[in-house]
Amino acid sequence: MKRWSGRLLTMFVIAGLVPAVVAWAEYADVTINTQSEAEGVAPVIFPHWFHRIRFQCSVCHVDLDIRMGAGTTGITMEKLIDGQYCGACHNGNIAWSIDNCDLCHSGRPGLETGVKGGHETMGPGLY
Amino acid sequence: MTGINMRSLAVLMIAGGLALLAMLLLASLAEAQSDPNRFNRLMKPAAERNAPPPEDGIHDADSPGTHLLQTPREAFDALPDSKSGNYVQWNAAMDEGLIEPRNSLTMVSTPPIVLDLNIVREVKGSMPDVVYPHKQHTQWLDCSNCHPAIFIPQKGANQISMASILLGEKCGVCHGKVAFPVSECRRCHSRPKEQTAAN
Repeated sequence: MKRWSGRLLTMFVIAGLVPAVVAWAEYADVTINTQSEAEGVAPVIFPHWFHRIRFQCSVCHVDLDIRMGAGTTGITMEKLIDGQYCGACHNGNIAWSIDNCDLCHSGRPGLETGVKGGHETMGPGLY
Repeated sequence: MTGINMRSLAVLMIAGGLALLAMLLLASLAEAQSDPNRFNRLMKPAAERNAPPPEDGIHDADSPGTHLLQTPREAFDALPDSKSGNYVQWNAAMDEGLIEPRNSLTMVSTPPIVLDLNIVREVKGSMPDVVYPHKQHTQWLDCSNCHPAIFIPQKGANQISMASILLGEKCGVCHGKVAFPVSECRRCHSRPKEQTAAN
């Protein structure tokens, strides 16, 4: 009895851990790791949801010339410091300044570039 | 001496059994509460939607910056719910004035140029025809976001299939990634086909 309850307990603990391991990125979170880890910083996570509450799509995707494809724009810190792309707002004037490195560079190690949280990322395979 | 041992063993067994039952009950309750369709791995359990950054699987929970970020749940609390994507009806939120996304970087927001023009696409299959509303799209986007790179602005010039959309082309450039996913069939396939004489 005791041995069995012990085994069951172990099974419960394992069963309880499995769903905890499954993680769900917020829909449309963009992860960018084209250069970050190679340059020694954590990958970037861009939350679409936070930005679309405040700005329409066209502000970034037309006015700021950010392309609709994860990792295809060729964003570098030099360009941001020059006021391009994210740097147009993240300058301490419209939004917080880019010296808050770890607010963007907050991805876990080994993160691949892409758009997360959608149908393509949670299924057993791509369509 | 053996009597006491036997009795204590019996008590231990009963207690162990009861504890096990309680655990089973709690586990099944928790399971039922999280989502009745828990077996479906593709379906996001309601309790796990809009997870805070440290728990979303892509942020590094050990990074101090992760814990300073706003949680989606907090931001979405006042916004109308939907069944997929961010679980927010973004257009309704904008129409109701709950969010006021700017259309320029300047602090003075000018009204966007909204085009109220519906395009009906008659589909080959048995699904209802697609009604594409320019209005909802131009509330967020500029003409140049779609024209002419994604859609040629000419009637009949664009071949669109669900396969290409699922591969991230045409509507799939946004729908399935940022805008509501293609699982919301009837939001696009919304105009019933006209009944023919044969029917």
